[in-house]
Amino acid sequence: MSTRLFGQRVPRSEDPRLVTGNGRYLDDLGHDALAAAFVRSPHAHARIGDVDVSDAVDVEGLVAVYTYEDLVSDQAEHGSRMAEALPLLIPHPTLTHGRTPYPLANGEVNHVGEAVVMVVAVDRYVAEDAAGRIHVDFEPLPAVVGIERARDGGRLVHEDVPGNVAAVMVQQTGDADAAVDAAPHSLELELEIERSASMPMEGKGVLARWDADDQSLLVHTSTQTSTSVRQAVAAKLALPVDRVEVVTPDVGGGFGVKIMHPWPEEVLVPWAARRLGRAVKWTEDRREHFVSSAHERGQLHRVRVGYDDEGRLLGLSVRFWHDHGAYIPYGLIVPIITSTQLLGPYKPGVYRVEFTSLYTNTVIVTPYRGAGRPQGCFVMERVMDAIAAERGIDRTVVRERNFIRPEEMPYDHHLVFQDGRALRYDSGDFPASLEKLRKLVGWDDFAAFREQARAEGRLVGIGLACYVEGTGVGPYEGGHVRVESDGTVVVSTGLTSQGQGHQTMLAQIVADELGVPFDRVRVTTGDTRRFKYAVGTFASRTAVMSGSAVAMTARRVREKAMRIAADALEASPEDLEIVDGQVRVKGTSPSGANVSIDLGTVAVLSNPLRYAFDDAARRATQFASPADPARAPISPGDAPGLEGTEYYSPTQSTFANGMHAVVVETDPDTCEIKILRYCVVHDCGTIVNPMILEGQIHGGVAQGVGGALYERMEYADDGQLLNASFMDFLMPYSTEVPTVEIDHLETPSPLNPLGVKGAGEAGVIPGSAAIASAIEDAEGFPIRRMPISPSELFHLRQEHQS
Amino acid sequence: MNTGSTNTEQTVAVSVTVNGTPYVVDVPPRRLLSDALRHDLGLTGTHVGCEHGVCGACTVLVDGAPIRSCLVFAVSLDGTQITTVEGCCADDGEMGPVQQAFQDCHALQCGFCTPGFITLITGYLEDNPAPTPAEASEAIAGNLCRCTGYQNIVAAVQRAAELRRPVVEERASRSPGEDR
Repeated sequence: MSTRLFGQRVPRSEDPRLVTGNGRYLDDLGHDALAAAFVRSPHAHARIGDVDVSDAVDVEGLVAVYTYEDLVSDQAEHGSRMAEALPLLIPHPTLTHGRTPYPLANGEVNHVGEAVVMVVAVDRYVAEDAAGRIHVDFEPLPAVVGIERARDGGRLVHEDVPGNVAAVMVQQTGDADAAVDAAPHSLELELEIERSASMPMEGKGVLARWDADDQSLLVHTSTQTSTSVRQAVAAKLALPVDRVEVVTPDVGGGFGVKIMHPWPEEVLVPWAARRLGRAVKWTEDRREHFVSSAHERGQLHRVRVGYDDEGRLLGLSVRFWHDHGAYIPYGLIVPIITSTQLLGPYKPGVYRVEFTSLYTNTVIVTPYRGAGRPQGCFVMERVMDAIAAERGIDRTVVRERNFIRPEEMPYDHHLVFQDGRALRYDSGDFPASLEKLRKLVGWDDFAAFREQARAEGRLVGIGLACYVEGTGVGPYEGGHVRVESDGTVVVSTGLTSQGQGHQTMLAQIVADELGVPFDRVRVTTGDTRRFKYAVGTFASRTAVMSGSAVAMTARRVREKAMRIAADALEASPEDLEIVDGQVRVKGTSPSGANVSIDLGTVAVLSNPLRYAFDDAARRATQFASPADPARAPISPGDAPGLEGTEYYSPTQSTFANGMHAVVVETDPDTCEIKILRYCVVHDCGTIVNPMILEGQIHGGVAQGVGGALYERMEYADDGQLLNASFMDFLMPYSTEVPTVEIDHLETPSPLNPLGVKGAGEAGVIPGSAAIASAIEDAEGFPIRRMPISPSELFHLRQEHQS
Repeated sequence: MNTGSTNTEQTVAVSVTVNGTPYVVDVPPRRLLSDALRHDLGLTGTHVGCEHGVCGACTVLVDGAPIRSCLVFAVSLDGTQITTVEGCCADDGEMGPVQQAFQDCHALQCGFCTPGFITLITGYLEDNPAPTPAEASEAIAGNLCRCTGYQNIVAAVQRAAELRRPVVEERASRSPGEDR
């Protein structure tokens, strides 16, 4: 029997090409392409006057210069939609003042880095030479930077958006403030998280080739959603959708920023390629990525909580302000997630949440791994610790008392989640997870360690944080599986990959379902030539959505294989099994003549047109049934080929969960914060590949540590991003990231055929919450704002000493 | 506006040996080594992550020592021996020990920073063939990875040390006194 691959630490099939330098990332393609560069705004807020290109035209190798005026004339002459603002992807009834940018700025810029002029030249060096010689007259306007300034409304980002408010949204299960007022005990907290960013090692990039003979456009882009980029590009360029294909090559990390689409460059590069009849490429540089892609996390929260003597929540009222930057093309997804996922594994009593989404003259905000959950988790877990401190109860006990119990699953919060569907947890055993975490970190032994450390003049602290993560959001993903006549199994799914090992993970699932060896399965993701309908890679959804889709498809193909093989072997389909790619009568040896048939031969038999191109076709002739002249070669409802397509579309998200515990040491003199231990208990349902899963958790934790201790976007009051380089934006190196200790709990999801829940974002979610908890424990005063630097800790110590 | 001009930038002939193959490449004096490798020689395994010398994705070995190829001009390397990630393969073209170790330990996810780590570690193990985990972590602490959290890269350094031991021993027995 073949060994079941589901659950095995199968080495990744992606790796041999990636480790030998044979990956194909965006900038590795199109060596013959022209290069694009952009003149970007140096001002956070300004009106645009004259654009003078006369100095640039003499640059040898310059091919074209485009401004917004060129988009207007293109729209007038060719009927494109290039002069319109870019789409508001996810509208919402509460998003009353949605504003999006133009591909090139139209009269006004609203953040440093906004594209004003596009330059195309023979190479990037020349394109930047020319860009440097273009003079744009800017009339600077006052900039709105930070939540405080945006909220006071004295200065406006967009003249027609009063108070800088794009949206105010409320969800409630009752009168939470009354419940807080009536509770025996209550607390008020103000909690803040600063901006960070996805910051993949590869920035964005687009390559477009216009084929004048075929009147078609081939676009490669470093995206998390090729199918939607295809629709967007076709719409903007006014091309029939079937004349546009979008391929996602190897992608050097996404972490959310590449789910946003279409970026201005994603429509401008194809547009220029079509106009010029030449391949055009743009590769984002690091500074561009800092100032013209997207950030996330900046939120200020005000919480009122009421609870009983035992620390059980009776009412929770949260108000928060979300800084979404200059435009809001991705809608309210991030604050909606914060407002719902804040609840974590707890029953909040009566709950009310209200958020205000504010414009500022800074880079736009779109989801970054975790997508609003790290902020929500920080808020709820700070509340739990505050209640524990006020009541004098152990922090794990307060959490335990507020947990949703396993017997209460499925648990409905009676709120609307990010996908517009019920916030209803499908599974999870929170008390069991917490017990595992207490054991893993040695919660009960920590007091002794603290005493020992204190005797040595050291300050140590322990903290924890719990989260629930809605994963695998819909509406759907699909899978296509085809068995070729040589027995190769070709699998496609429309969503993209950015390093999560999808080729391996999906091949494991298909190999199991079809009964073929792993190395016979070839998986393609994110190529619209292969699969047209898909949503994208975000919200920890691939294993749930595409995993389920390819499993369902493989089952369908298996049924067809059994039907055809049963005919050929003159057996009943129920008596057949597939082992190692051979269909055989159960219990027989594979060597006997006419008792087994390989899947490749079945594929040949599935097609009545049978030229003997290869050995498989010649082999198949021995099984050919006598033709029945009364029957059509293909029966009604059947199709040639051993292939199928199925879609998986769930009624709601799955909900994964996890709990992290951290031990920190804070230096009594320098205030350096060092993580001594980092423990994770993780429940993402059934596990397809534990090696890949652990890698996802490691990477998430590293980003959590970065967000808690090092990373922030340092904006000056005039809207300049002061740390827009890897020199100044401090991402952790190996010496800053702790070894992660992991234990798993598997509570399978009842919602999908595999029992999986997503895992991609999990590791990052409780980082700031758990580390704040540990620092608070070490220092003995509350931590209300993250990230925290040694100098901020120093100032807090001074405040609390006086 | 469109123009029809072509680039007539002055170029300089540079002789380099890359992964054992001699090249003479005509490049403008301002061409970065990273761009020359990627776009003039077509060796796109070397990646560019920041273009200001911090992330280390573009690390290559020049005469055995790691350098950031985004911080040097190609013309300044005339006469040198350069090793890129493509040159870290085994003699038969299969994965070399560091590359194999990366697969064994799941030390890469998106793979974009990986070539810089592989060249760096290849050079490092020549100097320290049996590092401790702490030494391994220190050795890679100048390169950024956004996917893995480094834990598995540290493990891969040790695994690579293990895998290359027989190769190194064989090399030593072939040419005594030459190795190290």
